[in-house]
Order: sequence, then C-alpha cells, then structure tokens
Amino acid sequence: MTRKADTSTSPKNPQRRRFIGDVARVAGGCAAAGFLLSTYAIEARQLPAEALRPPGALPEKDFLGACVRCGLCVRDCPYDTLKLAELGGLGPATGTPYFTAREVPCEMCDDIPCVAACPTGALDKGLDKIDDARMGIAVLVDQENCLNFLGLRCDVCYRVCPAIDKAITLQRTHNTRTQKHAVFSPTVHADACTGCGKCEKSCVLPEAAIKVLPVRLARASAAEHYRLGWEEKERAGGALVPDIIDLPDRVPGDGAFKPLMELPEVSQ
Amino acid sequence: MSTGAAMRVGAEAVEFKGWYGAHKYLILRRVTQLAVLGIFLVGPWFGLWLVKGNLASSLTLQILPLTDPYVLLQSLVAGHAPELTAITGALIVAGFYGLLGGRLYCSWVCPINPVTDAAHWLHTRLGIQKGWQPRRETRLWVLAMTLVVSAITGTIAWEFVNPVSMLHRGLIFGIGFAWMFVAAVFLFDVFVSRRGWCGRLCPVGAFYGLLNDKSLLRVSAISREACNDCMDCYEVCPENHVITPALRGHGDATPLIMSRDCTACGRCVDVCALDVFRFTHRFDHHTAKDAEAISHAA
Repeated sequence: MTRKADTSTSPKNPQRRRFIGDVARVAGGCAAAGFLLSTYAIEARQLPAEALRPPGALPEKDFLGACVRCGLCVRDCPYDTLKLAELGGLGPATGTPYFTAREVPCEMCDDIPCVAACPTGALDKGLDKIDDARMGIAVLVDQENCLNFLGLRCDVCYRVCPAIDKAITLQRTHNTRTQKHAVFSPTVHADACTGCGKCEKSCVLPEAAIKVLPVRLARASAAEHYRLGWEEKERAGGALVPDIIDLPDRVPGDGAFKPLMELPEVSQ
Repeated sequence: MSTGAAMRVGAEAVEFKGWYGAHKYLILRRVTQLAVLGIFLVGPWFGLWLVKGNLASSLTLQILPLTDPYVLLQSLVAGHAPELTAITGALIVAGFYGLLGGRLYCSWVCPINPVTDAAHWLHTRLGIQKGWQPRRETRLWVLAMTLVVSAITGTIAWEFVNPVSMLHRGLIFGIGFAWMFVAAVFLFDVFVSRRGWCGRLCPVGAFYGLLNDKSLLRVSAISREACNDCMDCYEVCPENHVITPALRGHGDATPLIMSRDCTACGRCVDVCALDVFRFTHRFDHHTAKDAEAISHAA
C-alpha cells in the first residue's frame, strides 16, 4: 500500500519542485498582469474625436509606440495650443500631447516648432510644410444651425481659415425660404484642410456648427473600382468609348412622350 | 550590543556621529531628488528654461538631449525606429548610469522613492507585518512582461501605468488622476508588502539594476571587523539581502557590495555608528584590516 504513495508525496528533489512552483507563480502573475496591460494599451488607441494630435503625428496606432510623453512639443508650442493628456476622463492616452480645437486651435507656424522638438519622430520630421499637415478635417456638422445655411452672412469660419478659398469656400445656392436671396454655404475641401481648428474655434454659435474631426470619422472613401467618367475622359483626352451607339428610345403607346402624372404646383 | 535592538534604529549612530553625521546621505539624497525635480520645474514656474521635458526625454540648455533608455527600449520593441536625438539621449543616460551606478536612478533621482520611503516609515511606525513578499526577481519578470506587451500591442506599454513617470510628468505638466497610481504604490508598500514596489515589482528599477552590473560606484563594508551585529544597516537598507555577502564575508571575500540590487542610497553608511561602510569604487577590494596589516608591516 505504501510503496507508491511514498514516492509521489516526497519528491526526489524538493528544491527543484519549489523552484518550479515559484517560477510558475511569478510567470502566471506576470501573464495575468500582461493581459490586463495589453487590454488597456489596445483600448487607449481609441482617441476621442475632440482630441487632435499635433501636426505630423504618426497614425494613432504607431503614435503610441513612438511618443515617449516627454512634452517637448508642448513646451515649444508658442501658442500654448498643445497639452499633455492627464489621466482620467475619456481623454487621450495619459501623457500624450493633443489639443482641443474649440479651446485653442493650431496656429500653423511655418517652422512647425512642435515637430522640430520631438526627439523620437512620433511627430514626423518629414512634414516640412505646415499646409501638408492633416491633424483632422473640418466638417460642417450641423447645417440646421449654421447661420450661413440659414441665409445669414456669418462667414466667420471662412474668413478665419488660414487656407481661405482653398480649404473652405462659400458655395452660392438659391435661398428656397425667401425665394429671392442667396445662401452662402461654407464648404470644406479636404485636400486643403489641415485640421488646424480655427474654424471650429471661431464659430459664433454656443456649440460649433463646424468641427474638426479625425480623418477616420470625417471622410468617406470611394470604392476602389469606382472611376469618375469625366475625369477619365479628361485624362484620356476624349471619350473612352468611341462611336457610342445611340439606340432609339422606346416609349409605350404611340411614341409621343406623356408624363405619368401632372404635378399641380409646378407651373412652367 | 543587546540594547541596540530595543533602541530606535540609528539612535546609536546619532549618539556617536551627531544627527547630521547619521543622516548625511539621506539629506544629500533628498536634496538631489528635489534638485532634479526643481530644474524641471523652474521652467514652467519661473520661465527659466534650463531643462525642458521630463524624465522620459528632455532637452537641457537647448543642447543636451536625454532620454530614458527603458522607455526607448519599449518603443524599439513596439516597432518604432526612433530618431537620432532620442537614441543619443538614451545612450548618454544609459552610459551615465552604467558607468556610475545603475540604481542611483532609484535612490537619487526617482520621484517615487520619497513616496515609498515615506510608506516604509509609516509601515514601521504602525508595526505592520511584512506581508506579501514576492521573490526579488519578480521585477525582472515584470520587466520582460512590459517588453512583451509593448511588442504585441505596438505601444510603449509600461508608460500607460508607470507611477514613476506619471508622478514626475504630473508634477511638471499637471497630474490629473495620476495621483491615484502614486497613492496606490504608497498603500501597497504600507499595508500589502514591505518595500514591495521598489524592492520587488518595479520594472524601471529592474532595468536600471541591469545597468548596475558593471558600474563603478560601490559601497564597501570596509571595516567589517568592527561590526557589532546591531543590525541597523539591515533595518534601513531597502534591499538588505545585498549586505550579507560583503559584511559577513571573511578573509579574501570582497567587502564590496556587488549586487545589482544595491541602490547606493548610503543609508547603511549613515546608520552605522561604527562606520563599517563607506562609498568607494568597484576595484577597491581592501578592508580596514588589510590597511592595518600594511601599516604594521611598514
């Protein structure tokens, strides 16, 4: 009865058993802590929409592996635009630099001192012209409250835009309410918008009608196979399909065109 | 000295060397810690920009870049190729600590050190049991874990939770809720684990400990023959396992404390009434007894 029980309860090498036990405990504990830390790190990638990164910031996923949170960009920002995120709330990853357009927008310095100050390259030194920065894209998020859309001439976002007439233009359309005035709708052109946030900062409404959003939220993307006929035509220097065959239109009845119904209001 | 145990730790040293003599390195350390923090603070407070940034990376007098090599290592394994400025800064810092003493960072620079020292003071005053004591190598595992997580997530992982940088950055740039991490470390050291954070878990200390292997500055139990076993050095030492090989060594065994865990805080030097310990360099293996023998021979 005792022959086997003895060998299993008293190990040949208790030292070794203890060592393995200790290592297992430490490794297990570290693995558990590592899982928690990983979850936290991955969640931190979700940058809040109001928080804009400094010019030249790498994409958020790479940024968190590159930024050491030293705050040198913050120190060299002459307008106190940038700050380091403090822990708590739903801010960006703790200690990383950001700005809130509605509070202090980016003044788009020509020499981009924040990028020059970055020791690690989290702010890419490849950015040599501030006009090429893409901190976000301005979007007119609320046409119903925008004064210009209501037919007034506020124009403030357009006037303050450092890339006026390129990043924001005023598109003139008919004012259907008054029937005799024009609506000058502020229109953002993403190819020229740096996301500096001056428009959002200066929107006169209590809550801005135009907001700078991260590119991921602001932009759609065309399907890869889409081709715009007019662009293709221009590139080709003429119609892509020569001699298009114009078949005779087939209409029901005797061939004469008749609308399906008469719209009462429409007077021609 | 059987009464030594009943007396307050260091009382004997105060009696023999005076209060200042028994707290010399402690005071020097606090002054250094404050000075390091101070040169970062005179910029934002008074507009005197001697140093910009924080311990993670800084620029001194617009010319000298310094970067925490541990933070940069995490960045590297996360897959980022840092710019030369950061690499240069990290090499300077690693070179400095590697040459002088890796864990000088822990006891002379780190802003968490006064926090855990205060925690230990309270822990002792409250007479709390030492509590959970994970193995000292645990910090190396934590260090490895932070590098693995950095690699997997592509982020500088430890900086999400590092109380060291949170406190330092917080004091300079605004602390937010980061004080909670600092308070957590304090409570952990008071109630959960004696000297637990710095002595067993912190991967920053583990990293700088690795830089400590070949560094020059060492504490030597040079007059170990004079030791009267009062145990005060063991009481004050934050890593007291490092003392034994040096103090209890006989004959040719070096009196130098060679363990990478020694933070060179100098508390043992302060607290010893008989001046057993002193700072020296790693090649100075002689003991007071050797010196005596030499002078007798001459």
